[in-house]
Amino acid sequence: MTTFSLLILLAPLVGCIVIALTFRVLPSKLHGYMGTLAIAVAFAASIGAFLNLQDRPREERQVVVEVWNLASTAGVDAQLSLLLDPLSIFMALVVSGVSMLIHLYSVSYMGGDRGYTRFFAYLNFFVFSMLLLVLAANFFLLIVGWAFVGAASYLLISFWYRRRTATAAGIKAFVINVVGDVGLVLGTYFIFKHVGTLDFLRGFARVDQVFTRNEGDLVAGCLLILVGAFAKSAQVPLHTWLPDAMEGPTPVSALIHAATMVTAGVYLTARMWPLFEQAPAAADVGAIGGCLTLLIAATIGLVVTDLKRVIAYSTMSQIGYMIMATCSAGYLGGLFHLMTHAFFKALLFMAAGSVIAAMAGEQNLDRMGGFRRAMPFTFACMVIGGLALSGIPPFSGFFSKDEILALLVARDDWHIVLAVAGYVGAFLTAVYTWRMIFRAFYGEAVEPARELEGGHLYHAPTHTNPATGEEEDTDVGFPGPEHHIAEREGSMKAAMSVLAVLAVIGGVVQIPNVTNWLHDFLEPTFAGSRYYETLEPSNSVIYGGFTLGAALGLAGIALAYRLWVVQPERPAAIRARLAGVHSFFVHKWYFDELIDTLIVRPVAWCGRFGRNVFERVVVNGVFVGGTSGAVRAGSAAVRAAQSGFLRYYAALLALGVTALGLYFLLAAS
Amino acid sequence: MSIEWYLVVSALVFCIGLGGILTRRNPLVILLCLELMLNAGNLALVAFSRAHGNQQGQIFALIVMVVAACEVAVGLGLIVAIYRRRLPIDVDELRELQG
Amino acid sequence: MAEVFFFLAAIGALAGALGTVLVRNPFYSVLALVCHLISLAALFLLLRAEFVAAAQVIVYAGAVMVLYVFVVAYIGGADQPVRGGGAPTLRWASLLFAGALFVELCIAFLGTGLTILGEAGAGYFAGFGTPAQIGRLFLTDFLLAFEAASLLLLIAAVGAVILARRRTGLEDAREISVADLMADPQYKGTLGDAERGTLLEAGGPPHR
Repeated sequence: MTTFSLLILLAPLVGCIVIALTFRVLPSKLHGYMGTLAIAVAFAASIGAFLNLQDRPREERQVVVEVWNLASTAGVDAQLSLLLDPLSIFMALVVSGVSMLIHLYSVSYMGGDRGYTRFFAYLNFFVFSMLLLVLAANFFLLIVGWAFVGAASYLLISFWYRRRTATAAGIKAFVINVVGDVGLVLGTYFIFKHVGTLDFLRGFARVDQVFTRNEGDLVAGCLLILVGAFAKSAQVPLHTWLPDAMEGPTPVSALIHAATMVTAGVYLTARMWPLFEQAPAAADVGAIGGCLTLLIAATIGLVVTDLKRVIAYSTMSQIGYMIMATCSAGYLGGLFHLMTHAFFKALLFMAAGSVIAAMAGEQNLDRMGGFRRAMPFTFACMVIGGLALSGIPPFSGFFSKDEILALLVARDDWHIVLAVAGYVGAFLTAVYTWRMIFRAFYGEAVEPARELEGGHLYHAPTHTNPATGEEEDTDVGFPGPEHHIAEREGSMKAAMSVLAVLAVIGGVVQIPNVTNWLHDFLEPTFAGSRYYETLEPSNSVIYGGFTLGAALGLAGIALAYRLWVVQPERPAAIRARLAGVHSFFVHKWYFDELIDTLIVRPVAWCGRFGRNVFERVVVNGVFVGGTSGAVRAGSAAVRAAQSGFLRYYAALLALGVTALGLYFLLAAS
Repeated sequence: MSIEWYLVVSALVFCIGLGGILTRRNPLVILLCLELMLNAGNLALVAFSRAHGNQQGQIFALIVMVVAACEVAVGLGLIVAIYRRRLPIDVDELRELQG
Repeated sequence: MAEVFFFLAAIGALAGALGTVLVRNPFYSVLALVCHLISLAALFLLLRAEFVAAAQVIVYAGAVMVLYVFVVAYIGGADQPVRGGGAPTLRWASLLFAGALFVELCIAFLGTGLTILGEAGAGYFAGFGTPAQIGRLFLTDFLLAFEAASLLLLIAAVGAVILARRRTGLEDAREISVADLMADPQYKGTLGDAERGTLLEAGGPPHR
């Protein structure tokens, strides 16, 4: 087990270092394959660890591998130890598997970009940090992995660093992530203060003895941990960075902002289940936050016109489902949806990348249309992903989403409100997903589509920033001049096919009353939970939920079909009638403006105040200027004694002698 | 006669010399006043030598005379050098060594 | 009888001292100092220091003062005002200092109980203050001081020669043409030629 765990962690890290060190030495295509190979090794090692774990008896399925005893001073035990239990192996499998496929996709997709090697180095580093995060056995390593993931996200979002919009987005993401980091660290402190250990297993065993139910420090700690989770998973109100993060290349969006990094918050709340079950107040806050996010994001997704941003808001919404689930003790549902969501969201992003490449970098839905005949494979992948997302049986998303909602209903208390919101969200999900698909693929073919049907890939005469429209170069720091679509690139097709298959059949691991594999697999992690075994939705809830979910999904698709295929002029009329609401949604519920007013402006004012008043007057004027001025004045005063007059000096001499004599006279008498 | 008379005379001459140094501007005259002070010291030394009964004070006075002669030689050499460079022979004007 | 001589010598000394300080012409100051020195020699005689008195007259009044006279003659003994313009308020302060010092010294001598004062002094033996005694002391007990003093004399002599040497830098001595200097109407050869305060400010001798 030790070998497997070390391989899982070190393969991506070694891959990153080797790629970085052989920067100009090896051809860049080779770097792409090296990166993919590193993640493949990690995936294989995860499978090995999984099999090893399953070989053990049920009680021994939480293995701690201590790599290094770093420090046990002052009561803080910070070891480099890895925890391999069902939850972490599950996350490692999902992360490494999906990352491997995305690496494969990027091998062709990023071809021609001057920063190709840098991309793969960063990507490998990201996978390493994500795996570190999920395999950590104590808070210390968790926080280290958390911070690394934030850094990797920053590096990858501002990958095209000469684009002003990209670097601004990277900074925004990083700052909000840091807020989350602070919350996580402070939350850890609150927990550690009472529990006395940073280790997960030992700490969780003591939680019930040390804390009473809903004790103040525990609730505070859990709320702060939630801050960290919300920041990383882009939940309201720390969500504003995710749409802007679409400035990064599409594989980055697929990997980080769909499948892996944003799910770190879900992993966190699932891992900390003993704390949250002992502090239901904090858990309820988390559930409500997730619920609000899923609704808000769905409404915004209905109106945005940038293709990638629609998918981004969809991610935000689906993560809202997952957080809602894990904070309401529906761990199985949350984690199941995490897995299936990784599959179909990565698939959707990959297909979107293909469409954008066909449009030569244009991302605006208003300018797309009729790609159905030109890009059949991409269209098929998009449809599969959309069906899974909308929760249509028998696709994977159907089973996972309805598992969540069934568990919520089974709680038999106020959580049913969340379930209702979830069903509303499911309807909205179907609408906005299929809005996107119909607008991009149906309707009259735009010029790039027509060219592609004729066999020629459209190239824009000048390269422009899709967000602002300003002209760009294709040199280092900008997107490369080539565009790669799935129909023409084998590796892209391979990656997308695998994900498409998984999106279709992924639900089979947990079909209620038929296969309970995921539930059984994850059980050792959640042993001791009040809810994991007991929260069993009744058959009526399950089948009723299935019918309702499927019906809502199909209704959403039908509505979208009506609005965007049958009557394409209807949406404009609706928008005109509900202009105020539409404007509110388009402005993302004014969250950016709110944060700007509440936080950014005051902080900027403080900075200006510090510079103009404090720095200039106090530090420069009083401290520096005052000190030097005092020294200068003192030396000027002393210098005045050196007048140059001989008689003056003689007079001082005489004065001194007189004074001395006076002293001796007085002393003698 | 007791010693005090001689000592008072010595003190008086010393202070007259001091006043002269502090007042006059011609470096030559300042050197002359310096001589006065040295001689006052000599007088005190010889007076005490007589009081103690040994000749140590007189030896000391002779050495002081030697030192005074050397100092006069060098000082006058300085004044001649100043004069040669056509600088004003006035200590108030010769004040370039200042802060 | 000794008191009479004492007072005469003392008055002479004081008069000479005051003359040195107060007289404006430096030449007359030198003469006053000579008078002071001779009075001091008389006082030394009264104190039975015969060799010192003789040395005072021969060396001090004779050689050192003659040196002074030579230098005054070379420099020019123009009448100079006693009061200065450089530091005006200093005069009264300095006189105050001198007066204060005098008062202190008097208190020290007369006020405190120095046991030596008021007595007749130690016994006087024959040969006190004679050259033989002084010479013997110089060559036995105080040999180091004697040798050091002779070394000092040597150094002072060398130093004086070097100081007063004509230096190269401004002009080579052989290139000064007296005829040219005389021909220049501006050059008068006196201190008045210096228009500005220092040579540095004037940028060299005025007739360049």
